[in-house]
Amino acid sequence: MLIFERSHPGRRNAAQAPHHSVVIGGPSTGLRTGIPAVLLREDRPLLPEASEMDVVRHYTRLSQKNFSIDTHFYPLGSCTMKYNPRACNTLAMLPNFLARHPLAPEASGQGVLACLYDLQEILKDVSGMAGVSLMPMAGAQGEFAGIAMIRAYHDARNDMARTEIIVPDAAHGTNPATAVMCGYTVKEIPTDANGDVDLDALRAATGPQTAGLMLTNPSTLGVFEKRIADIQKIIHDAGGLLYYDGANLNAILGKVKPGDMGFDVIHMNLHKTFSTPHGGGGPGAGAVGVAQRLLPFLPLPVVAKEPPPQPSPASEGGSHYRYLTEADLPQSIGRLSAFSGNIGILLRAYVYARMLGAEGMHRVAEFATLNANYLMAELHKAGFTVAFPQRRASHEFIVSMKPLKDATGISAMDVAKRLLDKGYHPPTTYFPMLVPECLLIEPTETESKETLDGFVAALKEIRDEAHAAPELVKGAPHTMPVRRLDDVKAARELDLAWKPAV
Amino acid sequence: MPFIPHTETDISQMLASIGAKNIDALFDEIPAALRSGKLTAIGDGLNEMQVTRLMHERAAQDSQPLNFIGAGAYEHHIPAAVLEIATRGEYYTAYTPYQAEASQGTLQTLYEYQTMIASLTGMDVSNASLYDGASALAEAILMAVRAHKTSRRVLLPASVSPLYRSVARSIVKLQDIELVEIPFDIATGTTDLDALQQHAGSDIAALVIPQPNFFGALEDVDALTAWAYAQGALAIGLVNPLTLALLKAPGQWAEKGADIAVGDGQPLGAPLSSGGPYFGFMCCKQALVRQMPGRIICRTVDLDGKPGFTLTLQAREQHIRRAKATSNICSNQGLMVTAATIHMALLGSDGLRRAAAASHANTQALAVQASGVPGVKRLFGAPHFHEVVLHLPGSSARVLESMAGQGISGGYDLQPHYPQLGNAILVCATETKTVEDIQRYVAALRHALH
Repeated sequence: MLIFERSHPGRRNAAQAPHHSVVIGGPSTGLRTGIPAVLLREDRPLLPEASEMDVVRHYTRLSQKNFSIDTHFYPLGSCTMKYNPRACNTLAMLPNFLARHPLAPEASGQGVLACLYDLQEILKDVSGMAGVSLMPMAGAQGEFAGIAMIRAYHDARNDMARTEIIVPDAAHGTNPATAVMCGYTVKEIPTDANGDVDLDALRAATGPQTAGLMLTNPSTLGVFEKRIADIQKIIHDAGGLLYYDGANLNAILGKVKPGDMGFDVIHMNLHKTFSTPHGGGGPGAGAVGVAQRLLPFLPLPVVAKEPPPQPSPASEGGSHYRYLTEADLPQSIGRLSAFSGNIGILLRAYVYARMLGAEGMHRVAEFATLNANYLMAELHKAGFTVAFPQRRASHEFIVSMKPLKDATGISAMDVAKRLLDKGYHPPTTYFPMLVPECLLIEPTETESKETLDGFVAALKEIRDEAHAAPELVKGAPHTMPVRRLDDVKAARELDLAWKPAV
Repeated sequence: MPFIPHTETDISQMLASIGAKNIDALFDEIPAALRSGKLTAIGDGLNEMQVTRLMHERAAQDSQPLNFIGAGAYEHHIPAAVLEIATRGEYYTAYTPYQAEASQGTLQTLYEYQTMIASLTGMDVSNASLYDGASALAEAILMAVRAHKTSRRVLLPASVSPLYRSVARSIVKLQDIELVEIPFDIATGTTDLDALQQHAGSDIAALVIPQPNFFGALEDVDALTAWAYAQGALAIGLVNPLTLALLKAPGQWAEKGADIAVGDGQPLGAPLSSGGPYFGFMCCKQALVRQMPGRIICRTVDLDGKPGFTLTLQAREQHIRRAKATSNICSNQGLMVTAATIHMALLGSDGLRRAAAASHANTQALAVQASGVPGVKRLFGAPHFHEVVLHLPGSSARVLESMAGQGISGGYDLQPHYPQLGNAILVCATETKTVEDIQRYVAALRHALH
């Protein structure tokens, strides 16, 4: 039932409305305003008229129809669905943090600015970069900022012939889409049989027209690109720059710094590696880090720490924090949000980083990798087809359901849907597209051995069912609020908003 | 080891299964030269008690002045239930609803959101959100250029927030789109129709129409929209959703309404939070839906004919279309949209109208009383919504600093962005302000000018 169907004309929540007699100046003035009638609307928007309890009950019950990290194992490859510590939420929502206006004087925000500055320093350290901007509001916006900086760099050198960005075929779809948004054409290069970039193809694709290469390492195939030094040399020798897609940073956090691999610019998905919530599709945060030569182009604002203009109680330890603006960074690619990005999310990432400390960060990569390799080994032993059995898994790996499909007709999608009935959120399906019938599995470091063992057992059960009772698997899920949905009807009829019955 | 559950026994059993002698061996494919990885700027980990203390100390450094700044972010009452429910783990820790059967909660919530925001804006359809109002404006400009096909020029009035214009420039300039600034009439504070008319007959992809505009002034939206039609340009409405409880909606402007409506959803349940997270909204006419970026939720049926919700039109998106996608956006601001949906459901159209009307009336009262201070006068004669521009007899920066010293955020200094206005500040009093608050404001202003 929709909230609109719980609506009753005339029902309202007096506790949530201002006492207009106080603010308008007289009990009888009602809602009259000083605005000419021609600018006012005559109808009322279609919003529910429901009691507070109806609303609370409705959305509480809706929430219970979701799988979430807090309720289920969620091994979604490339998404890093690890535990989101509750302390991060509680501490980012302290009243003073929530109440501060973005344009209030910086003197009234020294606490929040200190957190942001510290987070910049932490991210510089883990990425091996010379500077960081926290501005981008999602990974895709971080990519945009990164490629826009590459373009600004070439443009500033009057190197206008560079019109292409090279992207491996295993890359996230955001990579080519971003390159186009930045005015580049995309040149795609293939992957070799080991899951690495095809170096010959890379050499052939690189030239004076190359602005840069976008690379995820470990790749979306779940393996570390060993020849990164060669790749780096090919691109840099041609005058291009290297972009690091930080989607898989969790795999190497505290182990390898992208700056040490020769990357010039990186975005970091804080909602993955730094455990801020995914929220059913955002808000995320896609901080960018850059090497020395890209520092002038960082997106605004960036937080700076300076000696205080005059000593004041608000300045901690003799420091004063302020936002750098266009006046400080005249070559900046500019602003990407009206204010300063998703600050509430950045505070959560900061709390998480401080709780981990340096030692905790090393452990992230270690245990994410241990869990992935253990799960891969157990599934391999159980007879599942691992895409790259000769390789170490990074924090994720691929299982192909093609043999099962050939034998029983049960697809990776069917397996995924049946996993829901067993109480597991499925892995990422059909990405990367290079491996047929693939499941991309990322367990993360926060899951226990028992959970991983349970997941292996569930997949084995489903495989048995695929042979013994294929219709059971094809018809899955059976225990969710709905069964499989008609996507064709959805796209054809496009019911995108409820309308009252006439 | 925070948030890692492994016991020593677990670790040795797992390594034995893998056939590795220790955890370090799992990294043996990474060239040794790269594995420095020493972290120097990060101290020891803090436990929850220590980090709680640290964050309380930091929060205490942020003062809470009585706020009269708007300028794109507005202080409104948010019912307690909004954030309580939105931060339930089932919403807070869910992923994008790709697995529809296990995400009906998020999907239905987003469908209800699309219904509410489309109705508020008077438009046919909505997406499931963009990042914020400024980046939504940039996406609307890109969308209009895609839809228009021949022109890459978009008219952007100077009465649009300078911060929004700056973001739009950063995002669209890389695709060779020309943004042409249209000045405002110094008497009214609204778009200068004569200056606009000079562009008549040229090939224009879109006109951006802010309502209320950055100065809080109300534009002649019918005339501007009709002008856009006459040029064969798309009309992009840039609106504050709360004001649409009272104001004519973009879908009702002129004969056929605006083509695209965008704005920031912050006034619908998002705390100020130093600037984010908020969310951008985007609505459009049905005919443009395939040009719209971002995720879209659709109602359909399942195998048994039971109603359910799913993502649709994914062929526009980057994970399918790659280089040919409408945008690179994937994650948006889902949780803030969940909060906004609950917020709108709790207030209803009556509650939103009251909050909007009270904000208007409070700002009106503030403008009248502040104008009683010697030398202070209101700029711009056009009707306003819940922000006004005050002209001061002394340095605006110094006045605001003095008011800050008295515990009041007295407004947004327009001087850096609009030097032609002199010592002007933009002031906002939402429904959260009492009669006493407004008196305090006026007294502080009087004192600052003394």
